Amino acid sequence: MQLRISHTTRYNYDQPVVYALQKVRLRPVDDPMQTVVDWRVEIAGGTCETSYRDHYGNHVDLVSTTPGEAELSITASGTVDTQDTAGILGKRYGRAPLWHFKQATDLTAAGERVAALAETTREKRDTLQALHDVSADILRAAPYGFGKTDANSTAEDALALAQGVCQDHTHIMLAVARTIGLPARYVSGYLMMNDRVDQDASHAWTEVHVPDLGWVGFDVSNGVSPDERYVRLAVGRDARDAAPISGLRVGNADETLIVSLQVQQ
Amino acid sequence: MNSKVQHFSEMTADGGTRSPYTAYDGWFAQQDNARLAKKSAEAEAFFRRSGITFNVYGQSDAEERLIPFDLVPRIISGREWTKLSRGIDQRVRAINAFLHDIYNRQEILRAGVVPTSLVAQNDAFLPEMMDFSPPGDVYTHIVGTDIVRTGEDDFFVLEDNARTPSGVSYMLENRETMLQMFPELFSKIKVQRVSDYPKQLRRSLEASAPAGCKGRPCVVVLTPGIHNSAYYEHSFLADQMGVELVEGHDLRIVDGHVAMRTTRGYKVIDVIYRRVDDEFLDPLTFNPSSMLGVPGIMDVYRAGNIAIANAPGTGVADDKAIYSYMPEIVEFYTGERAILKNVETYRCSEPDMLKYVLDNLADLVVKEVHGSGGYGMLVGPAASKKELAEFADKLRARPGNYIAQPTLSLSTVPIFTEAGLAPRHVDLRPFALVSPGGVDITPGGLTRVALTEGSLVVNSSQGGGTKDTWVLED
Repeated sequence: MQLRISHTTRYNYDQPVVYALQKVRLRPVDDPMQTVVDWRVEIAGGTCETSYRDHYGNHVDLVSTTPGEAELSITASGTVDTQDTAGILGKRYGRAPLWHFKQATDLTAAGERVAALAETTREKRDTLQALHDVSADILRAAPYGFGKTDANSTAEDALALAQGVCQDHTHIMLAVARTIGLPARYVSGYLMMNDRVDQDASHAWTEVHVPDLGWVGFDVSNGVSPDERYVRLAVGRDARDAAPISGLRVGNADETLIVSLQVQQ
Repeated sequence: MNSKVQHFSEMTADGGTRSPYTAYDGWFAQQDNARLAKKSAEAEAFFRRSGITFNVYGQSDAEERLIPFDLVPRIISGREWTKLSRGIDQRVRAINAFLHDIYNRQEILRAGVVPTSLVAQNDAFLPEMMDFSPPGDVYTHIVGTDIVRTGEDDFFVLEDNARTPSGVSYMLENRETMLQMFPELFSKIKVQRVSDYPKQLRRSLEASAPAGCKGRPCVVVLTPGIHNSAYYEHSFLADQMGVELVEGHDLRIVDGHVAMRTTRGYKVIDVIYRRVDDEFLDPLTFNPSSMLGVPGIMDVYRAGNIAIANAPGTGVADDKAIYSYMPEIVEFYTGERAILKNVETYRCSEPDMLKYVLDNLADLVVKEVHGSGGYGMLVGPAASKKELAEFADKLRARPGNYIAQPTLSLSTVPIFTEAGLAPRHVDLRPFALVSPGGVDITPGGLTRVALTEGSLVVNSSQGGGTKDTWVLED
């Protein structure tokens, strides 16, 4: 499937910014599930200082805000050919070793609630089925919804609040997978919802390293494994590693964030 | 301490004077004690004027203290030094190869030579350094290897200090003081110079600049500021090298480089000798609340536009459990046997070793694997029954947090007291500079001395002093 994507993130500051930096992870790379046909990242109100591949192989642009500007906008757009691989990325490894993806982070630390979910997988012999089952359990325990969690909510927080967005679902799935000893990683990217061109936001899902298969994707929020409607942008141990944009601002300005995303065939 | 143990005396042997000390001893015999006592007081005044003080962590009043200086030099023959420096050179190369390996292919872990858990569970391991080679593949631009001696030919490495070795300013100031107080000694005895260290440090840092750097590389020293216990050393080294001393707020990212504010706009920095800890180095990548670092420096680093000395994440090599594998690490990367010996080390994470340690606690020194500066350690022979029992509980609760070593019979060198010369235990921290061109080791280093009779703890934070360290031109 060929997907055309246009993704704009606009920061409006209530007073001119003194100095702000953003790590921008908005460049998809080729893998068995996707081939990038053309892609560009355009910046208004700022400058791309430098670019590099990070420790997970993600392409990062370091963007600075032009001093005195009240708005920074970053637009990533292009065309990606995608394949349906039944959610299997396979045995593709960078330098980050599998043990690294077994380690909990602050956002994915397991507590009682994660442990209880992990416990349900214990009797099941088929790892893949067990992961699909627990994915459904997570969605039941924390149904999709906005308002209760925020960007800093942990996996346990979301379970306690019994609500979550894709980031929370991914953190819970990561925590469960790691609790049962499987390497797991956060994936940020795009999903084309079939019934609309304007998508709500960029998406996130989980990849778990399953014996014999390698990396396999699980989109807890939608109860499926990623197919040809998905585009992978970046991976990491949690949202802080893989977020499309993460930044730091010097000064007192407050920001409002507007994201517009179009994904279509 | 156990008075039955015979300690190796570096100055005397079999009732006579060991050869490196002969000339000095001859001079000393002609000195008047009252004059030397006056010189000793002068030395202290000299240090006070120079401002070389030191904050002791863990003391509530955090007073600025002067590290006591003893005027009797510690003397090493040229022949002894040749062996020592070859051993340090070998070890430092192995540590750099090890760091590059664990952040890239991890062959030593795959080969099972070092257990993966020691790297995976190491707090100093920085994932952000994976899949990356710093400029020239240098991780530890400055190393201060702690060495102890127990006999004529018995030198042991106690710690590697690959992260941020401090104390080089004392090495330089101690020599400067001795030259001022006793110029006649240095015309009589040929001592190898240490005064080139700042020049060599600058040259070594410049040689480590990123490949894309044009013209003479711009080097700076980054300090956390005047409240840091080693601020004196930061400003001293910047001054001696003739480079700028900067703080985080002086720097920002300009055109993809780290640049410092000057009266004529921003100037690009090629090499940053940072004395800010990893966690605080870059609030964009690490601790977001840090005010001491430079946001974006890690991005610039990974893009290949700056060299950071020492590289972030080098603290893995300072872990004392990793230390216990250093002979294997040296062999793995150099194909040679380690020239310098390791102190026998019991890893309390291993049940057999833990049992041995608990059974023999009163004879052992126990250290935290991530500790430094003599904090959180137990010196068995000097501990009370109560202290031993309390420490045993800590060991049982978190065995993986500790290693133990036999109490070494550290060599002694005399210090000057009003009653004359009196032996005290010493260690030695030579300083090695690493650049893509090789390893350069300053002849000498910092000799730390336990000023209390019988004490084996030489750390300045625990009441130790320092001595000038001479390597003879023989």
